[in-house]
Amino acid sequence: MAVRELSCSLAMAEALKEEMERDTTVFIIGEDLVSNGGIFGQFRGLPELFPDRIIDTPISETAIVGAGVGAALTGMRPIIDMHFADFVTTAMDEIVNQMAKIRYMFGGQAKLPLVLWAPDGSGLNAAAQHSQCLENWFVHVPGLKVVVPSEPADVKGLLKAAIRDDDPVIFFQHKKLFNQTGPVTEDKYIVPLGKAAVRRVGTDITILTYSRMTYFCKEAARELAQKGIQAEIIDLRTLMPLDFATIAESVKKTRHAVVVHEACTTGGFGGELSARITEELFEYLDGPIVRIGARHVPMPFSPVMEHYVLPQVEDIVAGVRKALRR
Amino acid sequence: MKTSTNEKKALLRKMVEIRLFEEKIGLLFHQQLIPGFVHLSIGQEASTVGSCSVLRPDDYIISTHRGHAHILAKGAEPKYMFAECFGKVTGYCKGKGGSMHIADFSKGILGANGVVGGGFPIMTGAGFSIKLRGTDQVGMVFFGDGASNRGTFHEAVNMAAVFKLPIVFVCENNRYASTSPAEKMVAGGSVANRAHAYGIPGAINDGSNVLAVRDSVAEAVDRARKGYGPSIVENETYRYKGHFEGDRQRYRTPDEIQQYRLTRDPIDRFETLLIDEGIATQKEIDAMKAAVAAEIEDAVKFAMDSPLPDPHEAMQDLFVNP
Repeated sequence: MAVRELSCSLAMAEALKEEMERDTTVFIIGEDLVSNGGIFGQFRGLPELFPDRIIDTPISETAIVGAGVGAALTGMRPIIDMHFADFVTTAMDEIVNQMAKIRYMFGGQAKLPLVLWAPDGSGLNAAAQHSQCLENWFVHVPGLKVVVPSEPADVKGLLKAAIRDDDPVIFFQHKKLFNQTGPVTEDKYIVPLGKAAVRRVGTDITILTYSRMTYFCKEAARELAQKGIQAEIIDLRTLMPLDFATIAESVKKTRHAVVVHEACTTGGFGGELSARITEELFEYLDGPIVRIGARHVPMPFSPVMEHYVLPQVEDIVAGVRKALRR
Repeated sequence: MKTSTNEKKALLRKMVEIRLFEEKIGLLFHQQLIPGFVHLSIGQEASTVGSCSVLRPDDYIISTHRGHAHILAKGAEPKYMFAECFGKVTGYCKGKGGSMHIADFSKGILGANGVVGGGFPIMTGAGFSIKLRGTDQVGMVFFGDGASNRGTFHEAVNMAAVFKLPIVFVCENNRYASTSPAEKMVAGGSVANRAHAYGIPGAINDGSNVLAVRDSVAEAVDRARKGYGPSIVENETYRYKGHFEGDRQRYRTPDEIQQYRLTRDPIDRFETLLIDEGIATQKEIDAMKAAVAAEIEDAVKFAMDSPLPDPHEAMQDLFVNP
C-alpha cells in the first residue's frame, strides 16, 4: 500500500470524505464551513461533494452542540465543529449535562454517536481565549470519550474510529499541528480508540504525553540520549478510554515516569496519571513522578510571554532529570 | 380541527389519568416512598393533552422537570413511570433517571430534561435529523415561562426559523418560574410575542380549554409537517401544586389557587362540556374515573412489587462500547 506525506489537515479531510461516502447519516454542523471550508480550511472540498450534509449555522454554539445531541439521538452521526476548543464554554450544559448523561440517565435506551471536533492549543499568539487545552475537563465527566492525536496518520484513523463509535467523542486537534506532515497509508484503515502508541523505545524513563507535546518530547529524548538517558515515549492518543496497560508495561520496565502536556499543570491530566501510577505501580517506582505543563496563568498574547508560559523542550529535559535525580 | 365524540372521550380520559397519576405521586412522595424531588403539573392537563393529541406515534417530544404529564400524554405506561419514580429496576430507565429524567425512545419521547431550557437545542437537532432523513415527522418541545428566558430558547428558535425545522415550541405558561411571577420576568408581554422577532407564528391559548389548545397546536403541527417551519404556541395555564412537592409557596395565596380550581379547572370544564353536548353522562364519567383509578392502583402495585436494582448495575449503560 502506498504511503504519502500528508498534513493533519489533509488527513482529517480524507477521514471525513471516506466516512461521509460510506455512511449517509454522517453530517457536519457548525459555523463558516461552506463559505470558507472551515476557519482553518479543514473542510475544503467537502461542501461540493456533500452539499446537503455540511450545514452552516448562525453563531449559536449552544444550539449547534445541542443539535448534535438531538440528531445523534434520532438516527444521525453528526460531527460538530466547535470552531475553537475554547468555545466549549458556551455549550457546557449541552456537553456535560446532556451529551454525557442522556444515555446513562435514560437507562441505556439511547446511543449518541457524535463527534465534537475542537481545535485546541496555543502557539499561534492567539492569547487567552483562543489557545487553551481543556481536555481534562471532559475526562472528568463520565460519559465522554476524549481523543488527542498528534500524528497525521492518527488524526485520520482516530477520527474515522470516532465517527463510527456509538458514544460521544470529543476530538481535540491541535491548531499548531494542522500543517504538521507525516506518513499516511492509502488504505482505509482505522485506529481504535483507547490504544496508546510507543513513539520511542527506551529503558531509563517513561514519558507520557499526547497531542503537540509528543513532538517536543521526541526532541527532548534526543537531547537526553546525548546525556546517556534513554527515554521511552508513549503517545496516549486517547485519554478516555485510557490504555493503562501500555503505560504500566513501560513503567514497570523503566521504573520512572514523567507526564508532559500543554494544558496547565494544576488540575491537568498529568495529576490523574501520576496518582494512578502511584496507586497501582508504587512498588515498581524508583523515583517521583514529575508533571510538566503550562504555568498557571491564562495564555498571554506577547510571543515572548507565550513561549515562557508553555512547556518547552528544556523543561521536559529538566523534568526528566529531576525525576531521575541526575 | 374536527374532534369526534370518541376523541373527546379519550381527551377527558387522558386528562383524568394524568391527574390521578400526579395526585398519587404526590401522596407517595409525602409517605416518603418516592425519593428525590417531584414536580407536579396538576391543573395543566388541558395544555399537555391537547398538544400531544395531535401528534403521531413517530413524532418526537422533549419534556421538562415537570414532565410526567407529557410522557403519559405521548403514550408512556404509568406502571413503568411509577417504577422509575420508586428507583426500581423495572422503571423506564432502570432506576437511573427518576422523576425528572424519564424517556421512552420507542414512543418518540426523547426524555424529560432536568435542566430548565435544556430541551430546545436538542429538539433543534431532531429537526435537522428529520430534514436530513427526509421524513415528515414533527418535534414538539415543552417548556415553561421561565425557560423562555434562557439563551437556549432564543438560539434554538432562531435556528429552527432559519432552517424551517419542523418544530412546535409549546410554552405551558403556568404563571410562575419556580417562585417568580411571569409578569415580572418575561419582557415583551408574552412568550408568544417573541415569535414575531423570529418571523414565525405565535399563538396564545386558554390553556385550560383542551379543545382550544388542540385546535391551535394542530395548526402549528400541520405547518411544521408540511415543511413551513416552526411555531410558538403559548398555553396560559396554572399549576395547583408548588414548584416542587414541599414548596411552601410564599409567592402566592391559597385564594389564588382556589380561584383557578373553582373557575378554570380543565377537567371540570371539559366534563361539563361533554355532559352539555350529550356525549357522556355523569354516571359514565364517574365509571371511567373509577376505572382509571383502578389502573393507577395496579400500576403502583407493579412498581411497589418490583425489585430494586442491584447496586452494581450503576456501572452499566455509560458507553455503548466501553
